[in-house]
Amino acid sequence: MMTARSALRILISALREIFDEAAYARFLERTRMASSPSAYAAFWRERENNAPKPRCC
Amino acid sequence: MLDGMNRPVSILAWGAVSLVAAGATAVVAVHRSEPINALWLVAAATCCYALGYRFYSKFIAAKILAVDALRATPAERLENGRDFLVTNKWVVFGHHFAAIAGPGPLVGPVLAAQFGYLPGTLWVLAGAVFAGCVQDFVILLFSVRRDGKSLTEMAKEETGAVGGIVAYAAVIAILIILLAVVALVVVNALKDSPWGTFTIAMTIPIALLMGIYLRRIRPGKVLEVSVLGFILVLLAIWGGQWISLHPGPASVFTLSAPTLAISIIIYAFAASVVPVWLLLAPRDYLSTFVKLGTIGLLGIGIVAIHPTLHMPAFTRFVDGTGPVFAGKIFPFAFITIACGAISGFHSLISSGTTPKLIARETETRMVGYGSMLAESAVAVMAIIAACVLQPGVYFAINSPAGIVGQTAVSATTTISNWGFPVTAADMQALAHAVGEQTLFNRTGGAPAFAVGMAHIFSQTLGGGTVMALWYHFAVMFEALFILTILDAGTRVARFMIQDALGHIYKPLGRTSWYPSIIFTSALIVAAWGFFLWQGVKDPLGGINSLWPLFGIANQLLATVAMCVATTIIIKMHRARYAAVTLVPLVWLVAITFTASWHKIFDLNPRVGFLAQARFLASGPATSATARLIFNNRLDAAVTGLLLVMVTLVLIESARQWVGVISGRKEARVKETPFVMTRLTEERA
Repeated sequence: MMTARSALRILISALREIFDEAAYARFLERTRMASSPSAYAAFWRERENNAPKPRCC
Repeated sequence: MLDGMNRPVSILAWGAVSLVAAGATAVVAVHRSEPINALWLVAAATCCYALGYRFYSKFIAAKILAVDALRATPAERLENGRDFLVTNKWVVFGHHFAAIAGPGPLVGPVLAAQFGYLPGTLWVLAGAVFAGCVQDFVILLFSVRRDGKSLTEMAKEETGAVGGIVAYAAVIAILIILLAVVALVVVNALKDSPWGTFTIAMTIPIALLMGIYLRRIRPGKVLEVSVLGFILVLLAIWGGQWISLHPGPASVFTLSAPTLAISIIIYAFAASVVPVWLLLAPRDYLSTFVKLGTIGLLGIGIVAIHPTLHMPAFTRFVDGTGPVFAGKIFPFAFITIACGAISGFHSLISSGTTPKLIARETETRMVGYGSMLAESAVAVMAIIAACVLQPGVYFAINSPAGIVGQTAVSATTTISNWGFPVTAADMQALAHAVGEQTLFNRTGGAPAFAVGMAHIFSQTLGGGTVMALWYHFAVMFEALFILTILDAGTRVARFMIQDALGHIYKPLGRTSWYPSIIFTSALIVAAWGFFLWQGVKDPLGGINSLWPLFGIANQLLATVAMCVATTIIIKMHRARYAAVTLVPLVWLVAITFTASWHKIFDLNPRVGFLAQARFLASGPATSATARLIFNNRLDAAVTGLLLVMVTLVLIESARQWVGVISGRKEARVKETPFVMTRLTEERA
């Protein structure tokens, strides 16, 4: 039961990382902002000028 | 897990795995008389991967790389909550796999199936275990030991300035050719298909809606909006069926190949220019969501129905006369498979975001070697999906009209005369079952894969009545993959060009300056759009010239990566183990140089670019002929240029090796000095 729960927790963490939810949470923590449209806009402003993650063929 | 067992049990268990691996691979390799069950391929692959991971990767980690769990990684030392971040190894694994898994391992093996199921299967297994996984693993570890430096930076530091410049130029060249060839795959999958075109067109407003939802309504709730987007895509597939059944709307979405090519070029330019959050990021989320789910579902489907492969082990086309693409089994099977066995592009990801997330050096083995094994498993699934089709059907879908003729009767007669019986009625019934007007001349691999995948899925879920839905789901899945690559690839190339141009005129290097954004986006889109247009207008289907060009470029980048890896291994005083990267390097040089030579100089006009140009020049002169002649000469020049660049890296690297081994050169690696980790066990 514990193993299944821990596997599920890791799966959700992986999905949150892949889908940038974790990155947004870290951004909120780092900038001490609450989640809002303006915070999300600021998150993307920070990321906008970085090259996107390459996607392989 | 078996590491924890006592020694006799472990020996017995791994002995059993070895026996199954040998037995299943032998059955796959020697079986000739009757169709073979796909489970033999699954068993061979699973056991070979398990052995490769357990023994070979462990040997490399221990004897050559000396991975050190006590050495602090850049994620720990430089942690900033943004790029550098200590992350759970399974999370990094998922992140890395999502980045390396693209349409390549699906399309390449489908195209290479024209040689039979065996060449592709053996190369996917051996290539992954001994070359592809090794490349991804060692480059990842070397990047971790250099603060997450990129391949081009490592090439510059370890092999010299030439290595850095060539790696940079090779990346740009690969991106341009890759974007052109994957766009061509989409064009060939969607031409004259109102259902498919409507579904894919709808993914653009769906992505925009997701972007606005994320920005304005539920900021940051990406998983939630991806589920919503997925439901909307399913509705779009269902709506596509309605569109295809009504002549009025169907005519709007029935587009020719040139019209689709122009639409895709315009779309990619727009996607590169508009803000990332609006189109690129939501499409990436949607594509990743569908990708991970579908790959999992396909794996379950194959094991559940364990279909029979109808394609023989070898076909007559090993002699180089294949209709899908011309060229002998050596070297073209190895060029065509690409990402399922080894992909130079992976080295960019292994030296990109992934090394900045690794908590412990020991985890590079699982992330680098393990993810590539998973990618190789996807390639095996693609081989199975292609080979469950009757060979006649496979060749009818994948052969261009220029080879088999324009009409259904001429195509089926030609293919049946090759020894692969198929009738026009069979093809009509299949097209009807998948909701298409025709499946003839649907080159590029994606439609054949979609038919195979629909065949497997429809036997698992829903039966034959929903085959059309599964087919269009598969087409949507591949096209979504590919459009994401077009978005992200165009943008990555734009950043690289801006970076280079910034040295000439500073404002051009500013990634937020709109004139620069528009200029560099137009430059990149024009470059790959040119090759796409060339492919669309090619009477031999385009894939015949562009896919090998992509394969050569991709494997040449792997050659650069292996040169860097070998140089570092020799500088680490591990020259006696250098064969681990040197042997794959020699093999890569053999296949890429041979393939390049054939593509440039082969006297067969279907193989050699220059021979094709001469053949066209000897015929009637029209404006179209003049363009085709120019295109073939340009392809020859591009191939030659890539070859010269990689030769320079090889020479530069060999000089380093000889210098270090003979003692004339100091063996100094540019690693970050050792710092003891302070990570607690739980945090790592």
